[in-house]
Amino acid sequence: MAQVVVVTSGKGGVGKTTSTAALGAALAQGGENVVVVDFDVGLRNLDLVMGAERRVVFDLVNVVQGDAKLAQALIRDKRLENLSLLPASQTRDKDALTPEGVERIVSELREKFDWILCDSPAGIERGATMAMRHADMAVVVTNAEVSSVRDSDRIIGLLDSKTLRAEQGLRMPKHLLLTRYDLARAARGEMLKVEDVLEILSIPLLGIIPESQDVLRASNLGAPVTLASPASAPARAYAEAAKRLKGEQIQVTMPAAEPRGLFGKLFGRRAVA
Amino acid sequence: MNLLALFRKRDSAPVARERLQVLLAHERAVVGGSDLIAILQEEILAVIAKHIAVDRDKVQIKLDRGDPVSTLEIDVEVPSLVRAASTARRVPEAAARR
Ligand SMILES: Nc1ncnc2c1ncn2[C@@H]1O[C@H](COP(=O)(O)OP(=O)(O)OP(=O)(O)O)[C@@H](O)[C@H]1O
Ligand SMILES: [Mg+2]
Repeated sequence: MAQVVVVTSGKGGVGKTTSTAALGAALAQGGENVVVVDFDVGLRNLDLVMGAERRVVFDLVNVVQGDAKLAQALIRDKRLENLSLLPASQTRDKDALTPEGVERIVSELREKFDWILCDSPAGIERGATMAMRHADMAVVVTNAEVSSVRDSDRIIGLLDSKTLRAEQGLRMPKHLLLTRYDLARAARGEMLKVEDVLEILSIPLLGIIPESQDVLRASNLGAPVTLASPASAPARAYAEAAKRLKGEQIQVTMPAAEPRGLFGKLFGRRAVA
Repeated sequence: MNLLALFRKRDSAPVARERLQVLLAHERAVVGGSDLIAILQEEILAVIAKHIAVDRDKVQIKLDRGDPVSTLEIDVEVPSLVRAASTARRVPEAAARR
């Protein structure tokens, strides 16, 4: 049965879009049939991160409003044939999404795919609630710092009240994805500890994604990091998180510090000084 | 190895720059102007529909925005050559080409 997953956070810029692309690609690399859906209407970016920006013809709003068929709006990934993208509109605003339209699209997607990953916009407004509405489970993307954790707590509250599952009295499974985890800052004691974040939010940990320049490089190239550099630390962390999403029991490992070259050491020192 | 890795990593910024230039050139052209793709689709389909019955669900449109050229690919599934030919007898050349 298809699984609808919302990737959400409340706070902006924590790594939702990066994570949607990487988890989606990792699931597809594992043989699953996946679609990633951009709900960030007006500020789409998932197309860029996936490297499909040149091929967008129709978008979510076109399909919601009946101007295009779902099949016409879906863009198949050039690297993985079992990975598709449903882009958001760039020129419209979030009010263009109607609850009925979104419901119709999600149920059509359920028939075509095993996994439907919804990239939520930041905030707690209509766009975010629309993205979580039909979810079967949620990935709560959080950085180990106070405002992000607080906003994640708000989002967890919404997941437990504003979703269809919540309204039906069902439990909404939630997973914590700690992203942009800066190992150097963690070592210096400048970031919240993983245990502390887990204790405060009290939802199970899906993975810890280290802050890494491989993520930046991947988005420059227009490829999810699990495709752009599969052996990198963030890619491995995303691949493991994807397996946990499928229900596999794997111990979460603390990412190890990246080995640095001579230049890295020099720059690293200068940055600290 | 480390040096090589460093130089290889540098390569991604020019790629990003080029992708953005192409994308933004197209996006800026669309804002204010009308949606060229939607218009082309409507008009091309109208022309085809004059000769054969097209199922709107069986039309795939692919676009690749590039520099200097973009490509637009419109894929129309035609019912069956035989039936299409008999219903479109008045325009034999259109049927024959399909
Ligand atoms: N693990 C990481 N290491 C380094 N940079 C990262 C990492 N994850 C995300 N980033 C960078 O952080 C920025 C924000 O990421 P992203 O766009 O995925 O966040 P978002 O939550 O979707 O933002 P928004 O709320 O605006 O939609 C991007 O520049 C991205 O490349
Ligand atoms: Mg985003």
